[in-house]
Amino acid sequence: MLEIRNLHARVEGREILRGVDLSVRAGEVHAVMGPNGSGKSTLANVLAGREGYEVTEGEVLYRGRDLLALAPEERAREGVFLAFQYPVEIPGVTNSYFMKAATNAVRKHRGEPELDAIDFLALVKQTMKELGMDEAFLSRSVNEGFSGGEKKRNEILQMSLLQPTLAVLDETDSGLDIDALRIVADGVNRLRGPQRAVLAITHYQRLLDYLVPDRTHVLMNGRIVRSGDRALALELEKRGYGWLEREAGAPA
Amino acid sequence: MRGVAAELAFARQYEAARGASGAREPAWLARLRAEAFDAFAAHGLPTTRHEDWRFTSLAKLETVQFAQTPEVDGTPAAAAARERVALGDAHRLVFVNGRHAPALSSVGALPAGCRVEPLSALLASDAGAVERVLASAADPKQRALVALNTALFSDGAFVELADGAALVRPLHVLYLQASAAAPTASHVRTLVSAGAGSRALIVEQHAGDTRTTDFTNAVTELRAGRDAQLQHVLIQDLPAQSFAASAVLSRQDGSSRLGLHQIALGAALARAEVESRLEAEEAELALLGLYLGRGAQHPDHHTTIDHAAPHTRSRELYKGILDERAHGVFHGRIHVRPHAQKIAAEQTNRALLLSDRATINSKPQLEIYADDVKCSHGASIGQLDAAQLFYLRARGLDLDAARALLTAAFASEVLESLPHEALRAALERALFAWLPASGGRA
Repeated sequence: MLEIRNLHARVEGREILRGVDLSVRAGEVHAVMGPNGSGKSTLANVLAGREGYEVTEGEVLYRGRDLLALAPEERAREGVFLAFQYPVEIPGVTNSYFMKAATNAVRKHRGEPELDAIDFLALVKQTMKELGMDEAFLSRSVNEGFSGGEKKRNEILQMSLLQPTLAVLDETDSGLDIDALRIVADGVNRLRGPQRAVLAITHYQRLLDYLVPDRTHVLMNGRIVRSGDRALALELEKRGYGWLEREAGAPA
Repeated sequence: MRGVAAELAFARQYEAARGASGAREPAWLARLRAEAFDAFAAHGLPTTRHEDWRFTSLAKLETVQFAQTPEVDGTPAAAAARERVALGDAHRLVFVNGRHAPALSSVGALPAGCRVEPLSALLASDAGAVERVLASAADPKQRALVALNTALFSDGAFVELADGAALVRPLHVLYLQASAAAPTASHVRTLVSAGAGSRALIVEQHAGDTRTTDFTNAVTELRAGRDAQLQHVLIQDLPAQSFAASAVLSRQDGSSRLGLHQIALGAALARAEVESRLEAEEAELALLGLYLGRGAQHPDHHTTIDHAAPHTRSRELYKGILDERAHGVFHGRIHVRPHAQKIAAEQTNRALLLSDRATINSKPQLEIYADDVKCSHGASIGQLDAAQLFYLRARGLDLDAARALLTAAFASEVLESLPHEALRAALERALFAWLPASGGRA
């Protein structure tokens, strides 16, 4: 599904990713953990194609294709979804208009019929119910005046509508209380399936209580320094990142 | 007068009108026109040496040889304009090249106390009604183009609402420039007198299908009586090569609510002036503008809000969207007189530049002579937000669609405030048709 090989990337001239290798197979959920400044968000933004993130070396294959050659909208239509760490507010664009435009852009690309207003409304209302979201969010401007938790739920709502093949969650758990965390995790769990994969980037392991990963990776200083199973996440919870930093700091 | 082509044409037009209809017009009007023409002729068309015209040159207008307005069938232009701004249930009054077109108009039955007529007819039947309103909202000699209009206006809509009268359906006044062989100049005058407690929505649309460098010079005078609720929407949608000038002059009595919308979509050069005076306590004004420009279009908005009484409120919001080499001008003056305490005035002007060759000159001018007031102003000039664009693209919208959506969102605050659903929908369609993603970009 996703093959990241020796990925180097710069932001504003500073090298942040320094040779990331990561392989995610269909059906799997991977967690990427790491301390602040380790490059987690850079990795997410590079995968989504954000401007200003310059890849200097390495490659990313998505279902066998060169992901980095695609424009952001092409990635989205091909099934890559980034749940933003800081979802953007767009005053003047209603949430329902935006999500219908996005849903139909992706459906059109897949050769599926576009949804009319009535079918879309039925779909979105059902999905909102599952996520415990008030329908009033439909007529509000995208993310405008939403609380942190509401923004994150809105991301998961969009993910549920777009049915991505690869979902990249960029610290979707941060700023959520325990109930919201469970709802968000449930939303992601509903998406899981043999043809899909999830890359959950997080600072804390608590999301992983609900979203049990197949693999856990530790990103530090722009590299994956340790990979393991669930136990690794629990160990990090207990011991912090310091011991890995000391190990990673040791000459190879 | 400097004797440039356009000014000579106006002089000929004035002399011809005096000969033709001057004999039939009442003496007071002939006098008013003569004074106005003298005031115009004394200085001619304004030049960029005039502070209020620094960024807007009429040099190109000066060179146009305007011909006498021929009789032209305005049917196709009317059909196109009505399709663009479809107000199904409106009373309709249509003028073609400055003359009333009865065959295209359908005023229909009016509610009690409402009077809607073309000025030309009213001057023959009840000139006194015109005399009570004409040149009452502002001194016609103060502004060159208003003076010119006063001297030369050929026709226009007259609206009178008795105390308590409600014009339930909107009034659609359509001023059309219809195809002619040579450039023509039309001077039209709209007069609205709204009695105490009356209500009305008036949509004034300027449109046409000409390919000549026409000039439309429109003046609208609005008087809102005590407690009146009056809405006026000006839509300037003239052909791309034309010159457009408009002045909306209003006066408000106590506790009246006036809503003014200025929507500028067309013309090569468009000067839109507003002068609004709040004359008695608790009068409230909302002035909202939206202007679009691309190519070498030049939309210029010049507004003055005069707080002449205490406890009056005004809110002004203009948004401009400029692409390619378009040049926008916004000059917003707020005048608070010494005794006008406890007033509130809020002015915002925001411009969105879609191209790095587009320009905007923005000038707020606050003249506050009272000491207990709440006045604020804000201006911003910006481009589409990169983070918002990326967010939309990351959800599958292509770049053009994302740009169009964000541009429309920028304008939405003004369009959403329009007081009529069909009107709002019509202008949203016009905006989307203008946006690059819809094929509008050359």
